[in-house]
Amino acid sequence: MSARYGMVIDLDRCTGCGACMVACAAENNVPPAPPRATPRTGLTPMLVHKVTNGMEGTARREVFIPVTCMQCGDETPCVSVCPQQAVQVDKATGIVMQMPQRCLGCRYCMVACPYHARYFNWWDPAWPAGMEKSLNPGVAVRMRGVVEKCNLCHARLHSAKEKAAAAGRKELDPADYIPACLEACPTGAILFGNLADENDAVFSVAHSPDAFRLLARLGTEPKVYYKSGQAWVKALAEHHSERAKESKHV
Amino acid sequence: MSELLLIDRRWIARGVERSSTMRFLLWLVPWVALLALGIYAAGLCLYYGLNQTNMDNRFAFGMWIFLDLAIIAMGAGAFFTGFLVYILKQEDLKPILNSAVVVGLVCYSGAVAVLMVDVGQPLRAWFTFWYPNTHSMLTEVTFCISCYLLVLILEYIPVLLRNRQLRKVPSFLIFEHQLHKLVPVLAAVGAFLSFFHQGSLGGLYGVLRGRPFVYRQGFAIWPSTFFLFILSAIAVGPSFLILVTAAAERVTGRHLVKPGVFRKLGLISGVLLAMYVAVKAVDTLVWLNITSPSLGFGPRDYYSYWPISSTFLFAVTVPLGLFPALLLIMPITAGKRGWLLFGATLACAGVLLNRFVFTVQTLALPTLAFDDFLQYSPSWQEVATFGGVIAYGVIVYSLSYRYLPLFDPPKGADPNVSVD
Repeated sequence: MSARYGMVIDLDRCTGCGACMVACAAENNVPPAPPRATPRTGLTPMLVHKVTNGMEGTARREVFIPVTCMQCGDETPCVSVCPQQAVQVDKATGIVMQMPQRCLGCRYCMVACPYHARYFNWWDPAWPAGMEKSLNPGVAVRMRGVVEKCNLCHARLHSAKEKAAAAGRKELDPADYIPACLEACPTGAILFGNLADENDAVFSVAHSPDAFRLLARLGTEPKVYYKSGQAWVKALAEHHSERAKESKHV
Repeated sequence: MSELLLIDRRWIARGVERSSTMRFLLWLVPWVALLALGIYAAGLCLYYGLNQTNMDNRFAFGMWIFLDLAIIAMGAGAFFTGFLVYILKQEDLKPILNSAVVVGLVCYSGAVAVLMVDVGQPLRAWFTFWYPNTHSMLTEVTFCISCYLLVLILEYIPVLLRNRQLRKVPSFLIFEHQLHKLVPVLAAVGAFLSFFHQGSLGGLYGVLRGRPFVYRQGFAIWPSTFFLFILSAIAVGPSFLILVTAAAERVTGRHLVKPGVFRKLGLISGVLLAMYVAVKAVDTLVWLNITSPSLGFGPRDYYSYWPISSTFLFAVTVPLGLFPALLLIMPITAGKRGWLLFGATLACAGVLLNRFVFTVQTLALPTLAFDDFLQYSPSWQEVATFGGVIAYGVIVYSLSYRYLPLFDPPKGADPNVSVD
């Protein structure tokens, strides 16, 4: 049976520490930002936003919202626009795949993405001398001039498949496929699993009353869910008109 | 030097007056300098990458895409004039046809050149033909623009081969004669391709469900912007042709076409612009009241940010839409050259603003409720690269005017009356 991998991020647990961003960069061989890079030209497949309710004093509330590729399931905006099929949805996993080797760098997918979760390689990838030894051998480094995004740590999925095959199993052991961001999160705010499996913990949390998705009314069916018991957070994420007065990236 | 003067004179058609070689070279100097600067800036972008621009992950499209859309709309005069002359048999527009082909060729080839700098991996451009995604509007744009550029080159060759020296080569003469027979077919093919890609440039934005500011419903697979972009392009193409020809008349000091041609182009432009404004108004109302609210977005999500506000929507519709349409249609204004040119200028400005809004405002607006409205200004490399394209256009048009029969002399007029 086809899987639909997705995650639920508990915003009431997220402290905005940024460990998920660091782990993501290390796992996926994201190069250090060159001196001229800005927050708008860097590579942050996982980006934590700090958001407030716009109130002051004791009424002020803050929340940290980690934003990554939402792995849209229906009418995936980036897939239909790519002129040369460099973006595809893997039917076996539901993961939206990006093929840097085929990417033209036209950036139409970035324009199409409502979550601003796609990033362009504005510079040649470069690491300080010696740091290249810390690169993950399972992940290809992306060249300048192509788009990249979160692929739910696809290299880890490959490793899990290899492990299952070596053990003669057809199904993956869920414990073998865990994205780096989840592994690094100190508060356990991220839950990952198969949304198509009713027995998976992620399924029940994704269908709980506190769960919601960003810009759900666009109809893109994201597979990344959020969870919060605070009504204003849910309203902010779902109802665009409830605009936050302040926000910034962590 | 005298050798150069002699060669220059030999390449100019017999019986026509052109400025002195020195004067022509002096005219070209600033444009060649601008072209050289543009090539240098484009070279920096190709060698060091797009970090030379001020585009970023949010402003993934910038000045280049905006101006590409604009000049391709302006270049619509080429295919639309061909369509009017060869398909609708509007023979009185024939004198301006060669000029329209050059304008179209310059606009399209310039846009394609900039696109090659704009993409991150230009050497992979052929991938679109090898691995085409038939669902992508950009695939349709790529196919149609490539094919239409080829059509424009084929349309330009007969004009080129009518040069005084090239005509001396018998095989060229035969080739030109044979190719000339094909021109009506090429015009029909060009019109078909152009209608489609002008539309798919609009569809490029209209299909973006994730960008409620531009997302539109439509007919079958085409969003309404598909049809609006066609209509606005064929409305503004004749106006741009009027402006280019008027500029050429001003620079050369000659009357190149009869006033009746301007009047007719103006009328066509005005009527189409009026139709566009009417359809655009209906489309805007449907979008603001049905399409956009269904996605959770209201007018204040788009029009509450300085400096881009609802003023832009008003400007596109009334001062730069309805008003120039009336100027171009009403005999009292359209009959006067000054008002006609003013109307054509406003019409072109309106379409420029429309393309700006679709490209820049779309990207400036946040979609996530906790994201910001962003601003962008192009880097000097972006400006210079586009300046180079403008210079390239002026140079190609100037050379074509000097050495090729761009304008058929008006009947009964003495081509030597005006003096440079």
